[in-house]
Amino acid sequence: MSAPAASPSVLTLRGVHKRFGDVHALRDVTLEVRPGTVHALLGENGAGKSTLMRVAFGLVRPDAGTIVVSGSPMATPFTPLQAIARGIGMVHQHFTLVSAMTVAENVALGASGRYAPDVVAARIRDIGERTGLVLDPAARVSDLPVSAQQRCEIVKALARDVRVLILDEPTAVLAPDEAAALLQWVRHFADADPSHAVVLITHKLRDALAMADDITVLRRGQRVLCAAARECTEASLADAMLGPDERARALDEEVVPHMTSHDDSVGAHHEVVFADALDVRDTRGVMRVKRASFAVRTGEIVGVAAVEGSGQHELLRAVAGLLPTTSGRLRVPDDIAFVPEDRHRDALLLDASLTENLALRDAGTRRGRLPWAEFAQRTRDLLDQRDVRAASATVLARTLSGGNQQKFILARALDDAPPALVVENPTRGLDFRATAAVHDALRDARDAGIAILLYSSDLDEVLQLADRVLALHDGELRAVPRDRDIVGRAMLGAAS
Amino acid sequence: MTATPTSSVLAANVGREGRGALGQVAQVATLVAITMGLLVLLLAVTGYDPATALRALARGAFGSWYAFTSATLVRAIPLALTGLAVALAFRAGLLNIGAEGQLLAGATATAAVLGASGAVPPLLSLPLALAAGMAAGALWAGIAALLRQRFGVLEVISTIMLNFVALYAVGWLVRGPLQEPTRIYPQSASLAKALQLPVLLPGTRLHLGVLLAVSLAVALWWWQRATAGGFRLRAVGMNPHAAATIGRVDVARVSLLAFLASGALAGLGGAVELTGVTYALYENLSPGYGYTAIAVALLARLNPVGVLGTAVLFGALQAGANAMQRDAGVPIALVNVVEAVLILLVIASDRLRGTRAEATA
Repeated sequence: MSAPAASPSVLTLRGVHKRFGDVHALRDVTLEVRPGTVHALLGENGAGKSTLMRVAFGLVRPDAGTIVVSGSPMATPFTPLQAIARGIGMVHQHFTLVSAMTVAENVALGASGRYAPDVVAARIRDIGERTGLVLDPAARVSDLPVSAQQRCEIVKALARDVRVLILDEPTAVLAPDEAAALLQWVRHFADADPSHAVVLITHKLRDALAMADDITVLRRGQRVLCAAARECTEASLADAMLGPDERARALDEEVVPHMTSHDDSVGAHHEVVFADALDVRDTRGVMRVKRASFAVRTGEIVGVAAVEGSGQHELLRAVAGLLPTTSGRLRVPDDIAFVPEDRHRDALLLDASLTENLALRDAGTRRGRLPWAEFAQRTRDLLDQRDVRAASATVLARTLSGGNQQKFILARALDDAPPALVVENPTRGLDFRATAAVHDALRDARDAGIAILLYSSDLDEVLQLADRVLALHDGELRAVPRDRDIVGRAMLGAAS
Repeated sequence: MTATPTSSVLAANVGREGRGALGQVAQVATLVAITMGLLVLLLAVTGYDPATALRALARGAFGSWYAFTSATLVRAIPLALTGLAVALAFRAGLLNIGAEGQLLAGATATAAVLGASGAVPPLLSLPLALAAGMAAGALWAGIAALLRQRFGVLEVISTIMLNFVALYAVGWLVRGPLQEPTRIYPQSASLAKALQLPVLLPGTRLHLGVLLAVSLAVALWWWQRATAGGFRLRAVGMNPHAAATIGRVDVARVSLLAFLASGALAGLGGAVELTGVTYALYENLSPGYGYTAIAVALLARLNPVGVLGTAVLFGALQAGANAMQRDAGVPIALVNVVEAVLILLVIASDRLRGTRAEATA
């Protein structure tokens, strides 16, 4: 593994150590970002990618290690403001915008002196012209789509003359075409000036290979690979990220494009979920799904492919019985289970025990005393059988890793063998290993005869899991052949 | 109606049940010790002899059987009932700051019912009057619930404003419709002996209300832990979104019921205070029990049984403060400062604990 060529770096982290309690989050990590390059920082969830970059940005104080910017060392500890002053900027996975303020106000926020709206607006327009990140300075952030909010975050950094941009999982919140556009922009930004550079935190191998000059891979807080991107392959990167044992299994899943179609002759396949000319409005009364007709049968996974904001959110909730339908017919079993995409907001009581979280499943309908001993036993069984790594049934849900939280949520949904299951972005934010486990669980549930309606913002995931695919564009749903190109065009509304 | 993020965070942090009962008691003891240390410092700085003052405080609160039962415990009763009210609401993620107003509404309704119940036998009219007090407290809280559900008015604002409405409404009532027959004093007619809550221990002022408070605390504790309804209340307080999405809990209904129950508990506090202690309705019936109740509930970590302990602690502080003023000339305001510091310490220590838990997660 050869180190990148020895040109002077714009940002160097050397020998960084960081412990959080018993967890050794970073162990002697070194990272060199060369001028004019895109540097991809790869690793599974929890490998230490974000922590390392938070060290570089002054958000986390390292236990040891030095940070050198353009040849001169930063005096530690330093603050994000000091990092920005030295040209280091970071765009976090969760945006740090004030949604009630305008773009100009957000850009000006944190600067000192008087706020002159005209000056800031001119600056934003100037940045738009130079970099292509066009924004209306007077627009309210809450009115902007996610991709524009992200643009606003980047402009905020550029307005402070940031030259080294750290982007934490920037494509995770974007639709495929938006993600491609952003990566293009990243490339242009790095090429535009030799003093520029971008650190791209990601766990998407393809993005790293396509866009980066250099790639650093972290595994369990240690640097396991640092090389020029052209020397890497998907296989070598996966190898480095996962360690040798896990690689085969994860890659298997990655490269198998389609599951063998589920055999229709097995068992009696009756329609569990049935919709005819279904209209659904969102909570504000806006029509989001128009005249949708479809069915989900026992023992199949029906995948919904759509770009963000096409009505999938409302469709799934209507089927799950959480949103009233406006007109049309919808027949679903009463005990349909639902796995929402936002684990922390919609699926877990983070400060309650796993047993209590299990009890939440039918909290709305229970009467009288709750059988806590039985719940505790069921939780313990579920932890054993579904390979959820938790010390006991009494630990708080908050203490589980994201992957184990999701495995728990899925296991809870399947615990009393519901006839149907609705899942929304089941692997969002999960690493390879957890993703594979969730996929296995969904396939097992399907094979056990459960009717599954699945939506994922990752088209490849829909294609991997679904037996049949429905494309949803602007509220209109239609069945499409399971072909990546056709589905992709249908979800974008292109004529096929 | 969904709880505000702040209230959920508060319910989650302050109400966190992660550590054992012993650990919690130890932590409360630490906080109280810190606060007492601060009181000593404050006394010394303001020119009082801490030893004399603290001796007076202890004597006033625990100095004799009479002091303990008739000063400390008698004050602890309304503190416990309003403390239970606040704890219940906070547990559901509702920041009910209006226990004071609900207490006054309860006392008013009780006074009105007893004043009008001339011919009804006391054995019937007394329970009826207590029930009327609960209903009035629930109604008073219900206004805030309605404002919240219909117009999105934050209950923190509405409940605190309704406290003033209640206070001045009582001021008008005791000079108008509810004034005693001679029309001299701004208060309602004193209750006949038969209409007063019976004294529990002869020779003291400790009345039946103490049994009410203890049994309600135990019942609420059991209900929250063991029953489906109690679990729904806790789930809504911890995360209303998850309660609705996964548990299919009717969050608006649970919130409304929690609001009403909280108001009823505070209203009962007023009813019990009127029939057990003051025997008449007047403006200053409560020395801010409904506000101190917030400290009582927070220090007890919203645990109903814990509320009994912290209510006695604050009852003792208030009883002792009177003695301290009498015997050492220390203004009662100092004890208010101590109460406020304790609230801040509780919230700060929980925040600290929450942050630490996240850092190691």
